[in-house]
This record gives sequence, C-alpha cells and structure tokens, in this order.
Amino acid sequence: MKHSALQIFRQAWSSHRKWPRTWSSPEPKPAYDVVIVGGGGHGLATAFYLASEHGIRNVAVLEKGWIGGGNTGRNTTIVRSNYLLDGNEPFYEWSLKLWEGLEQSLNYNVMMSQRGVINLFHSDSQRDGFIRRGNAMLMHGADAKLMDRDELEKVLPYLDFDNARFPVLGGLCQPRGGTARHDAVAWGFARAADQLGVDIIQNCEVTGMRIKDGAIEGLDTTRGFIGAGKVGLAVAGNSSRLASMAGLRLPIESHVLQAFVSESIKPLVDTVVTFGAGHFYVSQSDKGGLVFGGDLDGYNSYAQRGNLPTAEHIMESGMAMMPCLGRVRVVRHWGGVMDMTMDGSPIIGLTPVTGLYLNGGWCYGGFKATPGSGWVFAYTLARGEPHQLNAAYRLDRFSTGRIIDEKGMGPQPNLH
Amino acid sequence: MRIPCPNCGERGLEEFSYRGDATVTRPTSIEPSSESAWLDYVYLRDNPYGPHWEFWHHISGCRAWFRLKRDTVTHKVLAVALAAGVDGEDHRS
Repeated sequence: MKHSALQIFRQAWSSHRKWPRTWSSPEPKPAYDVVIVGGGGHGLATAFYLASEHGIRNVAVLEKGWIGGGNTGRNTTIVRSNYLLDGNEPFYEWSLKLWEGLEQSLNYNVMMSQRGVINLFHSDSQRDGFIRRGNAMLMHGADAKLMDRDELEKVLPYLDFDNARFPVLGGLCQPRGGTARHDAVAWGFARAADQLGVDIIQNCEVTGMRIKDGAIEGLDTTRGFIGAGKVGLAVAGNSSRLASMAGLRLPIESHVLQAFVSESIKPLVDTVVTFGAGHFYVSQSDKGGLVFGGDLDGYNSYAQRGNLPTAEHIMESGMAMMPCLGRVRVVRHWGGVMDMTMDGSPIIGLTPVTGLYLNGGWCYGGFKATPGSGWVFAYTLARGEPHQLNAAYRLDRFSTGRIIDEKGMGPQPNLH
Repeated sequence: MRIPCPNCGERGLEEFSYRGDATVTRPTSIEPSSESAWLDYVYLRDNPYGPHWEFWHHISGCRAWFRLKRDTVTHKVLAVALAAGVDGEDHRS
C-alpha cells in the first residue's frame, strides 16, 4: 500500500485500525543470492538498493534482535556532509543528496529536517581550519557558509560568546545538514525493501560462517543454516566479532559512546550546534527534548552503557557553551557500541574471503551515512568491486598506507 | 567503573588514561620483511567480546603503567599487573 494523504483520510474511516503491517516476517529460505547480516539502517538500505538499483531481489537481511534496535536506534540523528578529505567528502555528500530525496524514494516520512549544522570556532587557527574545510566542501559540490559572531548572535543568542577561555568567534555552517528520525529511517528502508521482495528475518543471530576453499557458502544461524552466494556484513559495533568467524582480524576497536536527552522544553535550539572547544553537540527533537552528546568513554567496551566521568565532562562542556542548560533536567541517557577504526574512517568493500563483504568501522558517524552506505555497499555486492565513492574505504588501505585520517590522530581509535 | 591500581588500590576512572590492547608486540626488526608484523602491531586488534588485556596509566596518581585484564562486556576486572617487565623490558628505566 502506498502512503498518501488520501490513504490517511481513507484509513481514518476505520479509526486507523486497518493499516497493513509495515513489513512481513517470512521464514528463512534455504539459500539466497545475497545475505545481509545486520538489520540496522545500513543493512536495510543495502537490501533496498540491491533490489531497486541492481534488480537483485533474492536477498535476506538477518537481524539478531529487532530491526533498528542497535546503533540506528541509539544515535543522535544528525545528518551532514562537512568533511575535509577527498576520500570522505564525495561519499558523504552523495549520502546527503540521497537523504534529500529519501522520503520520495521510500514513500515514507523519515522526518528529514534540514535545519543546518553549525560548528563553532574559538580561535584564529581553528577558524582557518574551518575555512579550509568549508572550501573543500564547496569544491566537492556541498554547501558551506562561514558565520561571524554577529550572525551567530542572531540565531544562537544563548551561547556564552564572551567565555573567558573559549570566546565564540564564529562558526562554519552547513545549511543543508540537519536531523532525521532514526527509527523511521530503519522502518522506511525495511518497508520499501520488503515491498521489493527482500526477506527481513528478525531474531536470527549468526553463529558461524561456512567457508570452503576461501569462499563463503553460507551462515549458521539460530534459525538453521542459510546458504548465500554473497554475504555482506553491516554490523558496526560488532564487526570484529563477526569477522573473527571468518578468521579475520580487523583494524577496529569497539568503544562506547554516550548520548543524552533532556526533558521536553519549548523550542530553543532550531539547528544543530557543536562546541569547538570541548566535545559537545546539541539539537532539539520534535518532541522538545534536547538531544546531546560528546566524546567516547575511551576504553574498549561492548557494554551499551557508559561511565559517569564522561557524562560529567559532557555536561560541563554543555554548560560552558550554553549556560542556560543548567536548569534543564536530563531524563535519559544510554550508550552505543562503536566500531572505532584505526584512522577514524569507515571500511566498505571486499575482504580476503571470496564472497564476503564488509561494511563497518563507522566510528560515531554512521547515521548520516545510512543511505550512501547502503547505496555503495549494494553496488559493491552486486558488481564484486567498489564504486568510485567507496574505493578509498577499502580494508587493505591499512597495509598500503592509504589511510584516511580526518583528524590526524594516528592509529589511536579512542581519539578519533 | 573503578580501576584497581597495583600501587594505590581501587580508584575512580577519571584518574586513569587508557592505552589500549596490551597483547600486541612491537616488532624488533625494521627490515621490509617485517612489514606484516608491523601491520599487526600498529593496526590489527582481536577486539574481544569478553576478557581483554589492556594498558592503563595512573596519570593522576602514582603514574605507574600497568596491565589490566577486564571484561569488555561487564567491566569486571579479572587481573592486574605492573607493566614493567613486559617483553623482558623495564619500562620504568
């Protein structure tokens, strides 16, 4: 059924009790052409683009829990393409372009809101760095706008502009950036993929991989063996665990990143703001809660919860940037497990095992990449080779020295 | 999470800094033939779901480096030892 205003009107006559299920729950078939492991945004997007762009419809998405229940449901919903390096910016800009048409291509409201993303700067050298990044974005066809203090005072009057240590001198704004509703992204991709014939199989955990003569044959799961011509891993946070089933060690550490939501307040933050001095960023959800976060806790962790020193640091950074936050109460906080790569950039491409493809290493930037990641991963799975947009994200870049280190931190996963 | 320093006992997490996996070994050779050993040391990690040997530095305390065996799922500490003497080298000298 296609969603439309007429359909809402029609369903109202039956008190909205007769809407069909958004996606079906089929039993797994014995084998598929392509099996995607991981029913988050990236896995579902991959399945959707395999079916819609490449005509490969004998596809299953295996999810150990419920779809969108991992990092797709645990992020802070920010969408942007404000990167510096050649390997990154064209990919993220393509992803942002897909976001802009996503609701039409999925026929689903993902509540995409291009409210702008503003990165604040506090020193001359930081401003120079941001101008350079803004120019790189413009040269790759993205949008960027340098804002001075006067302009910022009009849109963000509550900032502590005259902070003695970190005065706000200006900001780099990407007006086309913004937020989207994270759950709806998973549901929208699932619905669209399901309508094209993709099997979405929940509560199905992969327990092993069958590899013969260096090629993948299928997966052992909690619902039996499932044969596969090709397997795509889209399980960021747990990529190392899945890859170890194929005998691979990855340049990845799993780390925990926390996020917070305040009580609902009247409209205050109508954009996304990031603090350039500490690590703090904030936006306001449509329900009125301030959604914010900061740095990683900094130690290897698969626990989806963080520790208090980091929470305290994030609150302090928030207070330094927006002193008015002091009266707002936090109502929820949680942690998500991040695949932190050794250079801070994702890995999308082939692995040493024939037929096994990897999409992971998203660090804490995976949500914005959801459509772009699915699009290039579908291409890579269908053609057996990477698209130009993900060619730089190959797994073997660490052995060839072609790393993509946006922040120049070196091989320290907890610093990216 | 509380971290047991071998010298100071159990202290708050904020007193420590983290250096990562303590099981990787720095190659002694700089010959081109040792390339894959360097790749292993610099980039590749087991990243276990469960017990993990890792380096911590009691930066705001006694400043000792030590190794901790910690469960990455439950944060339970299973073992601790001073880092000095790892690989036969005394890191304090």
